[in-house]
Amino acid sequence: MDTKRLIIVAVGGQGNLLASKVLGEAACRLDVPVRMSEIHGMAQRGGVVESAMVFGEAESTIISDGEADLLLGFEPLEALRAVKKCNPRTVGITNISPLPPFTASIGKGRYPEIDTIVQQLKSKIGRLIPLDAKAQAKAAGNELSVNMVLLGALIETHILPVTPKSVSDAIKETTKAAFLETNLKAFEAGRAAVKNPLT
Amino acid sequence: MHKLLVDQPGKKKFLLGNEAISRGAIEAGLAFASTYPGTPSSEISLNFFQIARESELYFEYSTNEKVALEVAAAAANSGLRSMCIMKHVGMNVAADALMTLAYVGVHGGMIILTADDPYMFSSQNEQDSRYYGKLSGLPILEPSSAQEAKDMLEYAFELSEALQEPVIFRTTTRLNHSTAPIVFGSIKPPQTSGAFCKDPFNYVTVPAVSRNLHVKLVKHIEEAERMACESTCNFTVGEGGWGIICNGVSYNYATDAVRDLDVRDKTKILRIGFSHPMPGRLIKSFLSECEKVLIVEEGEPYMEEAVKALAQEAGLTLPIRGKDPGLFSRLFEFDPGMVRKCIASYFEIPYEAEQPPDASDILELPQRPPNLCAGCSHRATFYAVNKAAEGMETIRPTDIGCYTLGFMPPLSNGDFLICMGSSIGTSCGFSKATGKKVIGFIGDSTFFHSGIPGLINAVFNRHDLTLVILDNQTTAMTGHQPHPGVDMEALDYSGYQQVSIESVVRGIGVEHVSVIKPYNVKKSIAAVKEAISHDGVSVIIARQNCTLFDKSLKKSVGRPFYVSDRCQNHRLCINELGCPAFYIENDRVQIDSTLCTGCGVCAQICPEHAILPLKKNQ
Repeated sequence: MDTKRLIIVAVGGQGNLLASKVLGEAACRLDVPVRMSEIHGMAQRGGVVESAMVFGEAESTIISDGEADLLLGFEPLEALRAVKKCNPRTVGITNISPLPPFTASIGKGRYPEIDTIVQQLKSKIGRLIPLDAKAQAKAAGNELSVNMVLLGALIETHILPVTPKSVSDAIKETTKAAFLETNLKAFEAGRAAVKNPLT
Repeated sequence: MHKLLVDQPGKKKFLLGNEAISRGAIEAGLAFASTYPGTPSSEISLNFFQIARESELYFEYSTNEKVALEVAAAAANSGLRSMCIMKHVGMNVAADALMTLAYVGVHGGMIILTADDPYMFSSQNEQDSRYYGKLSGLPILEPSSAQEAKDMLEYAFELSEALQEPVIFRTTTRLNHSTAPIVFGSIKPPQTSGAFCKDPFNYVTVPAVSRNLHVKLVKHIEEAERMACESTCNFTVGEGGWGIICNGVSYNYATDAVRDLDVRDKTKILRIGFSHPMPGRLIKSFLSECEKVLIVEEGEPYMEEAVKALAQEAGLTLPIRGKDPGLFSRLFEFDPGMVRKCIASYFEIPYEAEQPPDASDILELPQRPPNLCAGCSHRATFYAVNKAAEGMETIRPTDIGCYTLGFMPPLSNGDFLICMGSSIGTSCGFSKATGKKVIGFIGDSTFFHSGIPGLINAVFNRHDLTLVILDNQTTAMTGHQPHPGVDMEALDYSGYQQVSIESVVRGIGVEHVSVIKPYNVKKSIAAVKEAISHDGVSVIIARQNCTLFDKSLKKSVGRPFYVSDRCQNHRLCINELGCPAFYIENDRVQIDSTLCTGCGVCAQICPEHAILPLKKNQ
């Protein structure tokens, strides 16, 4: 089996650790070898949270610069910051709803225009799928389901050796009953957004 | 039932490395565990804390690593399988106990887990704990993956019991914080009641006893080396004249590299998982079959030094390299690409590294540094100290915890930090050496950990300093573990007695003690002013629950505030507090009501009183 490497970047509190756990569980269900590594020491204090997931034949749990097959950005600025993990063939998916760092929110440093971020990222990697995951999550019933929308979009790139069913089963196993319905709805919304892009 | 107590051998679960380690210890019949929390090891003990509530396991959060090690050492000398968990720098705190415990040894199996942190993701240094094996004479085991860590724990206990010595179990952040499918084994019921057989001429380490014990330890080291040569923790993979010797997570990167470079038929890997004592005979035999050897290890050239010495003993002159300007560094963490590149370069294998995109034209991106949480009471305390000491020249040593983040502007409180508890000792030194006013900061948990001896020193030697104890009723930084100052009853835990920081401080003999509620800005500033004008040792206890912990306990926090149109845009709120709930929109300060916890500190410092609580229906 080919090795596939996925980098997920997010800001603390966006639910990326749950997303990677769901993906890991989905891979386990299919007996696909999977390993993950995360740095989350400062996650709850507004810092960046990065997870690396390696699917297939490999022992390593982290991903070197230039070696990610997939980049999943929960936040556009952080997606662009992670571009060093990519190469000209990398497929990227990014939420375009910004969470400006505190420095930028108080006017010390400038948050770039979203269009600029998208254009720059697009020019550096193979293919970029930008989507407003926050709006999609809201439409699905819970603004906090951004992670599920992005998972849906990720699955539709068909790069990872997991199936939509294995992921939705893993969502059922991993998420709390109260959020299950909106989570599944958000997951489907993310899938649909990639299958029927607006542009 | 706790997910790690499920007795279903063969069951596969997607677990964090630290969860796998906890599970491995439970499967091996762990009876007794102690710790002081420290990232990247914290989740291991958090699981034990939870498991102890519903099983026979005894677990405690001890006041520091030295105490934790002593507690566990006594349990092991009463015949119980015990474990002591810490981060790498905790080994320094525990080292005094460690060195002579090696002389005395143990009866029940004992594991001392140390989690090293290459790259210092959450630590003040990246020391390589393997040297503690060499220093103490104790065996070291080092797994490469979460599954192996789980499986290796039973062996670690057996090894400890066979040698009658504690075993150091060394991990690194990338193992502790990696997640993988873990296959469960069966759980061995623990033996939980211990018995201690008195034998003072072997247990009381006066010089005459220790002279004999050191002889015994040296014999144990020789025995351990024989065991290391036979151990399945040290194994060889592949055939060929190119040799790679590696350990820990480096083994994963080397394995992937050899496959990616398609040199499996030329390369032989020796994975060292039993790394103290280094298996001499095994390594010599490996070297004798190689043309050249590369040592792949993060951190210091620990194995490299040993391997080169062994080659010399064996009269072998093959090239052996590891830490080298053109190859591996002693600094930071390794990664698969770096290891692949070094292997290709050393063995002269054609290889072109994947190039990251050219980032030279990417615009400058604003940084996202971690910050004290919105509503964190430490921010209020730092503000009060800044106001009270305005215009004074002060030196402000700080300590280890969330509040270390206060060294960043705009709070800028934190001038010196080396280790847990250092705020007080260094405050003493700075005060004497410079004659300047010194204001030190220490957290509640850190105060209990190693602050108290420093404070006694300050009183005894009549130093002139003010110590601010930031008491947020939890060990916040490592994930909200309890400490002796915590009211455990309120958290629904019985069997504990709370230790009052105020009583400790007064008991030591500090003359000027005040307790402040940092959210009350005016009173706090006044109290700090009074404390710093006191000649001698003064202590301020700033007490307010951690907002993040309160939120996680679903305790209600205050109603959020908003900026009304009375605001004159002075921006003292942003410029002097820097709470992350603020943002600027259309050149006006706004408050994010989803982040604001209603501490009201900004409302008290706004010159126009423009910041007001949101009404219920607003």
